[in-house]
Amino acid sequence: MLEKMIIGRYIPGNTIVHRLDPRSKLLFVFLFVIAVFLANNVASYAVLLVFTAFVIALARIKPYFLVNGLKPVLFLIVFTLLLHIFFTREGPIIFEWKFIKIYEEGLRMGIFISIRFLVLVLITTVLTLTTSPISITDGLETLLNPFKKLKLPVHELALMMSIALRFIPTLMDETDKILKAQLARGSDLSTGSIKERIQAVIPLLVPLFVSAFKRAEDLAVAMEVRGYRGGEGRTRFRQLSWQMKDTSVMIAFIVLVAVLAWVRK
Amino acid sequence: MDISLQQVGYLYAKDSPFEKRALQDVTATIPSGSYTSVIGHTGSGKSTLLLHLNGLLKPSEGIVKIGDTTITAQTKGKQLKDVRHRVGIVFQFPEHQLFEETVEKDIMFGPINFGVPKEIARDRAHELVKLLGLPEEVLQKSPFELSGGQMRRVAIAGVLAFKPSVLVLDEPTAGLDPRGRKEIMELFHRLHDTENLTTILVTHSMEDAARYSDRIVVMHEGTSVMEGTPEEIFSQQEILHSYRLGIPRSVRFQHRMEKLIGRKLGRLALTEELLAQELAAAVRGKGDRPC
Repeated sequence: MLEKMIIGRYIPGNTIVHRLDPRSKLLFVFLFVIAVFLANNVASYAVLLVFTAFVIALARIKPYFLVNGLKPVLFLIVFTLLLHIFFTREGPIIFEWKFIKIYEEGLRMGIFISIRFLVLVLITTVLTLTTSPISITDGLETLLNPFKKLKLPVHELALMMSIALRFIPTLMDETDKILKAQLARGSDLSTGSIKERIQAVIPLLVPLFVSAFKRAEDLAVAMEVRGYRGGEGRTRFRQLSWQMKDTSVMIAFIVLVAVLAWVRK
Repeated sequence: MDISLQQVGYLYAKDSPFEKRALQDVTATIPSGSYTSVIGHTGSGKSTLLLHLNGLLKPSEGIVKIGDTTITAQTKGKQLKDVRHRVGIVFQFPEHQLFEETVEKDIMFGPINFGVPKEIARDRAHELVKLLGLPEEVLQKSPFELSGGQMRRVAIAGVLAFKPSVLVLDEPTAGLDPRGRKEIMELFHRLHDTENLTTILVTHSMEDAARYSDRIVVMHEGTSVMEGTPEEIFSQQEILHSYRLGIPRSVRFQHRMEKLIGRKLGRLALTEELLAQELAAAVRGKGDRPC
């Protein structure tokens, strides 16, 4: 039932995007999110779209699969588009029918913001689709290392994140199992009034929480039994290595920013 | 209620990179009133198969017939509630589905969902707690205060409470101690007879399959490969072995015994009791007949 969701999911592969160092990918996504706001005209948004399509092609992700998996997000994007189209009142009217008036500025803003949103979602999805959760946390921990001097508990944060990521699929499976068990007992999530539907979620949530707490306890015991004492003096099995291709990602980013700066108004 | 599966196939996450075939060309019939065991090695598709028995999964290919209801890939969800009322499933580790404040309310959850009046549901909860050998005080306790074995029984009561005419059991005794295991299996056996149930047991235990069921379906790599009575199935040791399945302990003992004494016993010893009888007969017979 939840098997089509792809947000936060990792698909193993062997493309150049998969093999990049997680640090370069993270850094790139972080900078890209800022750079997206440079775009302010048709040409610059087109550059962003083309670039994103290029990255998706490099990672060999089927567009059909992306569209299918991101349906809920796409719905949100369409909703944003409609909000802008109907509620912005600037510029000349380009369409009028009864009480509906669409202004040029509304249409323009709507399309631009939707593209911005779409590009952000796509690039971050490419990151999670091509990088295993463990690499992401490793990368993040290394990138945040300088902040240790400011007493930021970097290792603990990274550990929390990796545990959370690690348990998403487990909890999804669990939800699916409990859902099936309650459906088999005649619980009905898809009909009835809103109040009834909200109440129908309780038989799902209570067992899920109970088992999540149990799991957390088991995990804590298992970690302590194996002598876990935090990040001090810990070495790594997987060493991160920054290579030429990672440097080229950074160069690609600089080129992208330069192009954006050139074509924008 | 007869159940029949015709060339059923199922794909998980259809049309995505995670697509995985779980069932292919499964054909089997489960006659009304039978006690059918489904056996197969881990990953043979047993659990996926049982989800088809009350429409929790719809077949990607083929037809599932439950009584007079036909389920195909196109069947709409609304038609399935009635099927779920008639087919109860006790899942593996059913205690994970408990959620109510009290045991009584949890047992009443199923019946109320299927439109049974509250008072009758409450009566059933009281009867079932007794039937399952739990003290009556547990009714007002929180299910989370109980021991593992007690939680299991409460969860089973929660399924029995809406009186399904087909009972599907997915390894109902996994993780229980030997005594609890036997008690629960005997209880299901009794219910099968007294309530006129059609029972489907998914199990790893060849002994349980041999002892309780009158029909066996063997699954291997997502396909149904054998179907027949326990005698028919467990007399084909080599074929079972190729599906990575064993034979009941008593039959294994019988084979070794036959080798040692150089003589065949009268029939297949599916249970320890049968084995004892056959051995006794052989020993007694020894005086009369030369071997």
